[in-house]
Formats: sequence, structure tokens, C-alpha cells
Amino acid sequence: MTTRKVVLRFPAEVADKPLIYYLVKDFDLMVNILKANINPHKQGTMILELTGEALEAGLAFAASRGVAVQPLSEEIVRSEERCISCGACTAICPAGALYVERPGMTVAFDGQKCIVCQLCTRACPIRAMEVKF
Amino acid sequence: MSTKTYAEIAARLREGKAVVVTTEEVVSMVREQGLSETARRVDVVTTGTFAPMCSSGVYLNFGHSAPRIKGHRVFLNDVPACGGLAAVDTFLGATSVPETDPLNRNHPGEFRYGGGHVIHDLAAGKPVRLKVEGYGTDCYPRREIETWVTLDDLNEVVLFNPRNAYQNYNVAVNLGPRTLYTYMGVLKPDLGNAHYSTSGQLSPLLKDPYFRTIGIGTRIFLGGGTGYVAWNGTQHFPAVREGPVEGSLFAAGGTLAVLGDLKQMSPRWLVGAGFLGYGATLVVGIGIPIPILDEEVLRYAALTDEELYAPVVDYSEAYPQRRPGNLGLVSYAALKSGEIEVGGRKVPTAPLSSYSKALEIATILKEWLLSGEFQLSEPVRLLLSPEAGLTGKALEIKGPKE
Repeated sequence: MTTRKVVLRFPAEVADKPLIYYLVKDFDLMVNILKANINPHKQGTMILELTGEALEAGLAFAASRGVAVQPLSEEIVRSEERCISCGACTAICPAGALYVERPGMTVAFDGQKCIVCQLCTRACPIRAMEVKF
Repeated sequence: MSTKTYAEIAARLREGKAVVVTTEEVVSMVREQGLSETARRVDVVTTGTFAPMCSSGVYLNFGHSAPRIKGHRVFLNDVPACGGLAAVDTFLGATSVPETDPLNRNHPGEFRYGGGHVIHDLAAGKPVRLKVEGYGTDCYPRREIETWVTLDDLNEVVLFNPRNAYQNYNVAVNLGPRTLYTYMGVLKPDLGNAHYSTSGQLSPLLKDPYFRTIGIGTRIFLGGGTGYVAWNGTQHFPAVREGPVEGSLFAAGGTLAVLGDLKQMSPRWLVGAGFLGYGATLVVGIGIPIPILDEEVLRYAALTDEELYAPVVDYSEAYPQRRPGNLGLVSYAALKSGEIEVGGRKVPTAPLSSYSKALEIATILKEWLLSGEFQLSEPVRLLLSPEAGLTGKALEIKGPKE
């Protein structure tokens, strides 16, 4: 079983067409929506974690519907040198990737859990979190 | 009750016989050995805090050019400093931001660079662009200077923070329907999170709530170097009352004005910060030694996170509108656990003050004391304590004769 994180970019004209439904029903894919910004008649993006045997076929289908498919190549990195382990990011991170390790109260970052929502890059007062492409 | 004098503790430090422990260590010592025994054994307890402290800045003298200039407007890396001192003296505040900063015009503004960052860059020895504008006088004819300076080029650079080390602080929550961007970080709507900013049982003024030992002239760890308590901080209105459980304490309102030579400080312990939608500031590292003069001093110095409380305050309405009251008290133990209860609802917590770095400061200060490179000082004058009953004056908006 393959798992992959992908970025889907929806042009305005397909933003109101169902897609996830077909990925689940026709291609038997397990869909985990990590981030979505879809508005009717506007260009939108969605970050998905997809798992399933028919992964490639599903993605080809999405492409045939006019959706641009790209692998999720962005990642968030933490500057260990800059981070002061304050904790200001920990209640903001929706994925639990940034958390306080107890009892020492140092801030840990688990890149595997990160969904690249980028909230931390602005919530960090020290700007220790950066997007890498 | 056993008592010790400053002279006795200083002598023991000199002779290498003194017992110095961090507040975290003293908590477990008291638990194991009791108050009296620990008070007899321990000479000094070290505290620490590493948190954003807005009322911070440096005053500096940049030397005279030829021909001379009288600084009317002064900028360091485009960040405006105060031109209202003598010709080549200036004060740069931590929250000052460049005139070109978009501020909150595109809310929330990012505030990526400000006075706090300049202070960090100076401490790091980085070149900083100095721009001075004068209006030209007979004695100071020059009208403009643009040059680069480093910490070494400047005559005096003194970190002088009018209000630091707040004894206690609000636990900020948001009861409103939209995300708030505050100096307490990003507060999610409808009690989405609770942010606090004190190092709890390590925090200097929580460990000397009656100001028995901390006063003017107290030598401290400041920004990685040595500094001094110069005065009480602004808004020094200390008050102490009992906390919700027996033996617990709700102390708040005490503050310190501190100063020290930036040239012997470290960028590691003075870090520029930018709070989304709020502004720029400086994260300051402070550690204060508490001499264990008697059992009572120790009793407070050994208070634990379970015994120290902070008020929960709503930042959607109560704080900005200056409405009194709070949503209840919570212990630092609860805050550190990652979850508190507010009005029957569970709310995730996060600190803005680095507990792990605060502990590092307390540990460094302990090592300095033991090695003799840092000497314990007796204050010249103690600060006003809660008994003085100081309270803050509100600002009324009125005419000249009202």
C-alpha cells in the first residue's frame, strides 16, 4: 500500500466539481485532507495524504479533470539555533507537530506530523520556523 | 530560627563552603529535608526567567564626528531611536519599528524587525547602520551622517530596561469569536488556547514576594552578563494574597528596572522577537540570586508550581477595555501540564516564557556564584513591598483644569 502527500491545485472552473468522492469510490483511496482552501468559482488548493493501491490511477483521474497534481515538496524546518523553546507555537500547531516535552518543558518538532500549514512560521515570535522548497 | 547575614554568606562563598542551588533544586530539598534543615544548609537560591519584556532598551553614545552633529533624529538599522538626549547620546527602545514598516495596515502585521532585533544584532557584534539627522547649529554644523557601527565602535552601550521580570502575569484567553493577535501571542477564538508568560517556580519575583532580599543594587544575571537592579520597575504595585489552596500564594504586580553593560552580554540571552499583529520586542534573560537569610525567605523561595497561581484574563474584551476582574486563578502546575479548566471547559495551554532556558539561567548563575566570578551583593535599599499598598493610577481623559 502506497501513501503519498500531494498538492492539488483547482482552476476556478472545476472548483465546484466533486473529486474526493470519486477518489474514494472509484479508486478506493484513503483520503486524509491536511489542508484545503476551496471557494466556488475561485482557484483553490488542497493538500492530501492519499493511501491505496490505485494511487497513480486516482491521481491521473484528477489530472484528467483539470486539477494540477504536484508532490508535496514543501516542508517546514526549525532553526535549532534560533528556537528559544518558549512554546508560543505549541497551542497554534493544528497537527501536534510542535509540542512541549515534559517535564523539561523544551519544545519539540516532529516533521512527520507537520502538515505544512505554515501557521507556525508567523506565530513564532523569533521566526525560527521556515518553509523549505 | 537560624539566620544568616550577607557577610556570612559572602564569606562562605569566598571560602568555597557555600551551598548554592536553583529554585527547582531547593523545592525537592525542602520536600525531603524540611524547611528548617534546608534553611540552615542552603546559602543562596538562584532563579531565572527568559521571556519577552517590552519595556527594554539601550542607551548609547556613538561618539563625535568631524564636523560635529547634534542628533535630532537617530536611526539604527532604520529603527528610530530617541533624539531627545545630548548630541550623540540616544535611547533605543525594544518595541521601536522602522518608519517604513507596514505595521497593522495589512492585519496582522508581521513586525519582523525592531529595536529588540537591533539590540540582539549589537550584542552579536554585527555591523549596524547608524543614520543621524541634525538641524545644524553653530556648535554642531553637520546635518546628516550615514555610517556603520559595531558594539566595539560605540562608547557606552547600556541595556536599561524600565520594567522587566514582572512578578506574575495574566494567562491570556480569547472569549470572542475571532482570532486575536496580541503580545500574548495568537489567541484562538472561543477559548481555543491559553497563553502564559512566567517561569513559575523559577521566576525571580515570585520567589521573593515580600521583597525581603531584592532591591536597588542587587547584582543579577542580565542578558548573559552581569547587571544590576537599578530601581523598582514602572508599574511596581506588588500585592500578595493567599491562593485557592492552603499554603498557596497569589503574588503579582512587582517589577524591576535593571541595567548593565551590553558589551559583556550575549546575543543568546537577548533575542529580538516580533509578535504577529502586535509588534516587536526583546526576549530578555534574567537570573536573580536570593540569599537565604532565614526560614521565611526560604519558605517563599521554595514555593512550587502547585503553590503559585496566575489569573486567567479575557483578551477579547476585558483586557483591551480595561475591565477589572478575571476568569479565575490557575496554578503554574496546571499551566505547565498543558491544559487548564476555564469556566468548566478544558483549554490547552502554551507558554511564551521559556522554562527550559530559565532553568539554564538559574544553573549558570549558580555556577557563577560557586566559581566566584559573580559576587552576591546586598541591596543599597530594598524596594517597596506589598505592605506599602501601592496601586496603579488610571489615565483619565480630561481638560487642563478638570
